[in-house]
Amino acid sequence: MAVQGSQLENYLGSFTQHAKDVARETPPWLRELRESAFARFCAVGFPTTRDEEWRFTNVAGVTRIPFQLPQETKVPLALSELMRWRMFDSAARIVFVNGRFTPRLSTCGRLPDRVIVNSLHSEIVNRPEALADHMGHYLDIERDPFCALNTAFAEDGVFIYVNRRTVLQQPIHLLFISSPSGMPIMTHPRNLIVIEDEGQASIVEEFVSCGTDTPVFVNAATELVVGGNAVVAHTMIEREHLQTYKLSTLRIEQARSANVASHSLLLGGGLVRNNVHPVLAGEGGECVINGLFIGSKRQHLDNYMLVEHCSPHCTSRQFYNGILEGQAHGVFHGRIIVHKEAQKTDAKQTNRTLLLSDDAQINTKPQLEIYADDVKCTHGATIGQIEEDALFYLRSRGIREGEARRLLLEAFAGECLDRMKRDTLHDYAETAVRARLQLVDESMPPERGSSGEEQGRDWQEVG
Amino acid sequence: MSLLEIKGLHAEVGGHEILKGLDLTVNAGELHSIMGPNGSGKSTLAQVLARRESYHVTAGTVTFNGKDLLAMKTEEAACEGIFMAFQYPVEIPGIGNAHFLRSALNAIRKYRGIDELDAIDFLPLFRERLTLLDMDEKLMSRSVNEGFSGGEKKRNEILQMSVLEPKLAILDETDSGLDIDALRIVAQGVNAMRDPNRAIVVVTHYQRLLNYVVPDCVHVLVDGRIVRSGGPELAMELEERGYGGYEAESKHTAPATA
Repeated sequence: MAVQGSQLENYLGSFTQHAKDVARETPPWLRELRESAFARFCAVGFPTTRDEEWRFTNVAGVTRIPFQLPQETKVPLALSELMRWRMFDSAARIVFVNGRFTPRLSTCGRLPDRVIVNSLHSEIVNRPEALADHMGHYLDIERDPFCALNTAFAEDGVFIYVNRRTVLQQPIHLLFISSPSGMPIMTHPRNLIVIEDEGQASIVEEFVSCGTDTPVFVNAATELVVGGNAVVAHTMIEREHLQTYKLSTLRIEQARSANVASHSLLLGGGLVRNNVHPVLAGEGGECVINGLFIGSKRQHLDNYMLVEHCSPHCTSRQFYNGILEGQAHGVFHGRIIVHKEAQKTDAKQTNRTLLLSDDAQINTKPQLEIYADDVKCTHGATIGQIEEDALFYLRSRGIREGEARRLLLEAFAGECLDRMKRDTLHDYAETAVRARLQLVDESMPPERGSSGEEQGRDWQEVG
Repeated sequence: MSLLEIKGLHAEVGGHEILKGLDLTVNAGELHSIMGPNGSGKSTLAQVLARRESYHVTAGTVTFNGKDLLAMKTEEAACEGIFMAFQYPVEIPGIGNAHFLRSALNAIRKYRGIDELDAIDFLPLFRERLTLLDMDEKLMSRSVNEGFSGGEKKRNEILQMSVLEPKLAILDETDSGLDIDALRIVAQGVNAMRDPNRAIVVVTHYQRLLNYVVPDCVHVLVDGRIVRSGGPELAMELEERGYGGYEAESKHTAPATA
């Protein structure tokens, strides 16, 4: 579907105005990149559920609302309002308000030499040549119209550079705050993270809302370039308000023996689609994609993975746990492509979902495409309820029902937290997950409890 | 007043009537053993007393410590002092044993208006009970029953009982599947719990445990009713004769009570 009518007018208007505003500071290569990306977006438009990759996620809501680029450059946000998103001992906290880097709210105290953390905008203006080697080289604007749209408006976000053999022990916390004032706004945060050979870093992208619940369209994209033998953890924490349309793509390029962990915690947002797209380009790479999604009310949480094995002896793991209640809708779409050269690939994916209500639903779709002949690929998906036996066991020891349910949900969510390194980020994530689980309805669905037939209803294999 | 008084209890599960007019009185300080063949209703009785919701009581009364037990929810019954050791303890991945046990103890203490214990206060009590049951403290940092052997699971049940200190403990076939060493340890744990203020009901299929835990009363449960009660010698008699005679008797008399 091409972009049509008022939609096109809206985006064309924004694009033209934006191009004019930033014309003076934009190097030619970036202008070309933006223009070709916008042309691509105009040609294909927003996806529909007829597209196989978007079968379970309807983005019509995004297309109906005339989102504008944020106008105000100064948003009155006090430092004290950020306290609830404070991670202790982070190496740096970089804050973006409505997509713009906000130095006033950011701290950058504990970075070692040989590490650069800066706003992408500042890099574009001052040192565009440092970006030219990587920016736009990995993200696939042909495949994904949202990546094309992001690229068309790519202007600010973070640029992180970790030099060779440089080890960054503490996480870098990127905090993206949506704070609209009345008008529906769209932001297109764009991040470029380059970790050179044998470097080590942990980067957190957290998305939150502040103020009114005016509709927001957040379309983020990150290119993460991981050098040989480097070790990188990337964590996405989504906890915006329910009027948020949130699209995000993490494109990971892994060199030889690079070790990457991608964690995503989808706790908030109205319609959320999180794409994780690692390309295991060098031999012996390892990638763990670990996710937790918790949906209530009418939240739609879509986890899309495309794992490309391009070289021999690489390992990839996908573990996703979901908890859905109310009319929430979850999607797990795990696509693995093992290219012809990628012998001895070891790929595995697992998706487990708890459905706490009759109206909650999950679509889980494993998709393996294997062109090499000596590989190990497995997948499994289960859907279930809270185990009645376990609940009774806890209650029979005096723990009240709501508390017992919460303990079981925490344990289930804990499987994902356990895959994260035990550090300040782990504790921060655990607190966020616990707080989210506090909001999960304690009561049993009405049909449960007194019916004997519920006994033994356990995990059900679906894949 | 008796600690537990069951009168004319009828209960069904999944549409099948299992208990068909059961009467039982247990006083504080006593240890009762309920024996019976497979399917006689032993476990159903245990589950009803632990207030499992899928076991429906259709008639009869159960008074526990002067209160109507059948009006209580599972956790209320536990907080009032009922403890059931499971025949098949459940594995709960992701919830640590020690954390679980402290949460349970604190839930009960809170219900009774006693101050909750923090981790530091809890530890000495916990360690003492671990020693009593010859359990490795390392097991306690693992998830509840996860990866435990059959014997370890049963010992864990007794450990929980000894920490939670119930007024009435119901052991549902805790002796089944144990080797002789584990059986002795379990028996030791049970004997250590005997107290003038506490009653213990041992539900068992075999007489073996009763060599180590001497009951005050033995009851024979057949087809949902107690058909005979006696002293410890009754267990010996059952060991020799089996349940055959009682089953025939029960079938014979069943129409009269229906």
